[in-house]
Parts: sequence; structure tokens; C-alpha cells
Amino acid sequence: MPADPAVETSGLHKSYGDVQALRGVDLRVETGSVFGLLGPNGAGKTTAVRILTTLLAPDAGSARVAGFDVVREARKVRQHIGLAGQYAAVDENLTGFENLEMVGRLYHLGGGQSRDRARELLASFDLSDAGDRLVRTYSGGMRRRLDLAAALVARPPVLFLDEPTTGLDIRSRIGLWDAIEALVSEGTTVLLTTQYLDEADRLADRIAVIDQGLVIAEGTSDELKAQVGGERLEIHLCDSERGEEAVVALASIANDQPFLEDGTVRVPVAERRGTIAAAVRRLDEAGIAIDDISVSTPTLDDVFLTLTGRAVEQESEEVEVQAR
Amino acid sequence: MTALRYGLSDTLVLARRSLLRIPRQPDLLVGFTVQPILFVLLFVYVFGGAIQTPGFDYVDFLMPGIIVQSICFGGFVTALGLSDDLKKGLMDRFRSLPMTRSALLTGRTLGDVVTNSFQLVVMFAVGLLVGFNFSGSVGEVIAGIALVLLIGYAFSWVFAFIGLMASSPEAANAYGFTILFPLTFVSSAFVPVASMPSWLQPIAEHNPFTYMVNAARALFLGIPAGNDVWLALAWTMAIILIFAPLSAWRYRRVVAR
Repeated sequence: MPADPAVETSGLHKSYGDVQALRGVDLRVETGSVFGLLGPNGAGKTTAVRILTTLLAPDAGSARVAGFDVVREARKVRQHIGLAGQYAAVDENLTGFENLEMVGRLYHLGGGQSRDRARELLASFDLSDAGDRLVRTYSGGMRRRLDLAAALVARPPVLFLDEPTTGLDIRSRIGLWDAIEALVSEGTTVLLTTQYLDEADRLADRIAVIDQGLVIAEGTSDELKAQVGGERLEIHLCDSERGEEAVVALASIANDQPFLEDGTVRVPVAERRGTIAAAVRRLDEAGIAIDDISVSTPTLDDVFLTLTGRAVEQESEEVEVQAR
Repeated sequence: MTALRYGLSDTLVLARRSLLRIPRQPDLLVGFTVQPILFVLLFVYVFGGAIQTPGFDYVDFLMPGIIVQSICFGGFVTALGLSDDLKKGLMDRFRSLPMTRSALLTGRTLGDVVTNSFQLVVMFAVGLLVGFNFSGSVGEVIAGIALVLLIGYAFSWVFAFIGLMASSPEAANAYGFTILFPLTFVSSAFVPVASMPSWLQPIAEHNPFTYMVNAARALFLGIPAGNDVWLALAWTMAIILIFAPLSAWRYRRVVAR
């Protein structure tokens, strides 16, 4: 018999007034895995995390985290989870050390153990030197690392990260990704929400795509990508005028019609092996010079576009416009 | 038993957090010290000459009133703190921890008792400098101090509720002052009720704040208090019994947006 899942939900519903944030969400996150909840702003990701972390009660449906019911056994759930990201936070008027020590005491670790754990976490998140500084002097990346550290104080078996890197610059994002990957290697189950497709792609074993309160697809990153078709050759020509000629020349090696996009020739191919050589040969025969050639695997952007008919970025911009 | 011990320990941890903030935010410190001192100086030296307080030196009349008023406003740290926790998302972190839920509220209000005590020391020092005389017995003065701190604690719960209702720390501040300023001024704190227009007198007389100020004045000055001390105590307990559950109810709801 397989181990109990770390997170399991069934038919979660939640409305705020007329707005249906969740319309029947079923999730199953295996223990020790990283699960990505991917979707645009307003898709219901944060609502789902809030229910799973006992901050919010569902209108209907049920959820179990670490084997405990989030409504009936909320306190037990809280002993087994950590929460970080967009909506968790740290106290700006305390030092980094004081923040972690306080959280330790609130997990009832005791004074000595809280202090030891605080020092240990500051060291592992590269914050030892800043540990005695007030958090309000921290950079955005440092705050997020401290926030993540605070979520780990009690070594929770299940960790919720709500948009852990939203608003961070790329260097800080990569730093945080490394930290999350290190945790996962120690066996922590992670449920993370993100609107960044590359983030889900890099971190998550399985991904659920959520849109307007419903899970519209679920699988591994590769399975989702397979839904949008296989790989593509992307060819930049020295002379971009000759794109149409190249499309014609490459039709025979493609498994679907090649096309031009932003001056790049894109060729859907069934089989990766040998296609680059074949493409180079065809174009050489046609006398068309190649500037650059690469194989591109479909991104989760493509997945989202295929599943919803809308691009992720477009959607979030629309939401922002409405918010204004 | 364990629940009680955890509840106490969580409250102390969060009261400490609330207090650590004070010296690190100099503007809060100004609110505790400079502001009440300015009030004392303003009333004693600017308005004092124009206000008649039959039977009292104006300084003796004023100091208990201004002390009770300052201590009541001490709770604004709780209002600001809670609405800041809401805004910054810290509330979610606390609620996702296996701590005693109400500890965030009990911790903050307990922290206020400490800052109020500090404020009381400052006010006593200023009072003595401008010529206030404690004519009450040691026992009466101690009872007065205890009463004033209890009143401050009760108002911390009013402020906790305001902080949880307000949409931002700025709004919390505005609500607090809009509600408390008329309450404290239409009372016996700064002028004798008898000097007010006749239509205002009954309001001022039955203002709970008047009972509280009269009680503090009687205890500090050692004059007969009548029923004022008991009425002040009753009002104070009533405020706690109303606003503590109200705040706890709001705390449970406010995060569950």
C-alpha cells in the first residue's frame, strides 16, 4: 500500500460573496514530492493554500494535510506545516535572529532550542552576518530567505510556499530556488504556488494547472508539455528575407507545418535525433545560410495557452487592469 | 494545564515582541513621552489661568485627568501594531503556527501595560515638576496607580478592536483619536463639569471617563470618592468584558477574508 499523501483535498469550494475562488478542487500531493500549483493571478491558488494552512475554512469539500483534517484537526495540522511566501511575513522591527527565535518559541520549542535553531537557520540561509540587524534594513531577497527560514523553524514535514519568488530579481530567485531544492533533498514535502512557469518547471515533480477555481490539467512537467506536442527546431537565418524559402525546404523533415514567427523559422519535429543534421543539410542544399539553430522543448507557457486559449502573462495584465 | 501554560508563554513571547518595537520606532516613543508632557505644559501654563477649579489648585485638578487620558491613549500601540500585522501579512504567519490563537491579542495588550507603566512614571515626574501634590495616603496612591493601569488595559482592548477593524494603520490612528478625543474632553478631566453649558453637563457627568478621572483624582489627592471608584471599576470591567470578546471575534474573522 502506498504511503498516505502529504496533502489530499476533495471537492474544495470557496466563495467570497459572488466570486467563486474555488469551484471543486481535488489535489493529491505524495509525501516527499514537490507539487506546483500553477496559474495566473486570481486563479484560486492562494485561497487553496489558505485553506490547507488552516487560515480559511472551505465552504464545501475536505482537505487533509499530514494526515489531519484542516478543519477538525486544525491545531494538529499547524504543528506539521510551515508557511512562507507572498502572504507570510517577518517582523521588520525585530532582528533576523529575534524573528526566528520568536517563531521557535511559538512552536513551543523552548528557549535554548529556539535560539540554537535560529542560529542554525541564519547560517544555512546565508544570513549569519545580518542576523543581529533589524529586518527593515534587509533587501527583498534577504527578507524572503528569512521568511523561508521562519517557515522551517520546526522542521515541518509539509511546507507551503505561496508565490515564494514573486517580486524578486532573477539572482534572488535563483538563490531561493537553490534553497528550496536543498530542502526537498532532505525529504520535505513542498506545495508551491507560482505564476512563473519556469519556476514550476524547475522545482515541481508534478504540476496542477489551476484556472478560475478549477484544476484544468495535472501531470509531470513532461506530461503537460506532451499535451501541446513535441519538440521544435528553431532556426535563425543569416538573411531573414529567406524565411519562406526555408519553410518550404524544411517541410519534409517536419511532422507538422513549419512556420515563421518573429523572424525565426520553427519546425515541429517528432524525433529529436538527427533532425538538426537533416535541417542543416536541407538548408545548405537550398543555399540558405544559418545563423543559429536549436531544439526547443515546449514551455509551460505553451501548455497554458493550449489549455485555456489565453496566455498567462496576458491574463495577469488583465487582472491588474481590473484591479485599478 | 498545558494549554494554559502555552497560552501564558505565547502571550509573554508576543508581549516582548510588542515591547521590542518601542525603542526601535522613535516616533512611538515620542507619542509616550513628549506628547503627554506637552499636554501638561499647555494646560498648566496656557489654559490653566483661565480655568476655575473651585476647591483645587489647577495643577492638582488637572494631573489625574491628564494621566488617565494619556494612559487611555497608550493602547494605540496595540491598534497600530495589529493593523500593521494585518497589512504586512504577519497575521497569517501567526495563525498558521500551533500557538494559542488569542495570544497575539493578549500579548499586545499586556505589552501596553508595560509601556503604560513607563508612561505613568514620566507623567508623575512631570507632575511633580509643575507642582502636583500627592495628598493621598500611600495605600490610596497605590490603589490609584492600579486603577489607572487597569483602565489603560481596558482601553487597549478598545484599540485592539479598532486596529482589527481599520483598513490601515493610518486609519486606525484616525479612528482612535476621533472616538477618544471627544470622550476624554467632554469629561471632568480638564475642566469642572459645572462650568460646561447645562445641556452638556449630564453627558459629561455620565461619561464613564468622568467616573474614571474622578476616581483617580480622589485616590491621588486623598479626597472623598463617593461611589466614583466603584463606578470607575465597573465601567472598566465592562469595557474589558465587551471589547475583549469582540476583538477575539474580529481577529478570527478578519484574516479569513
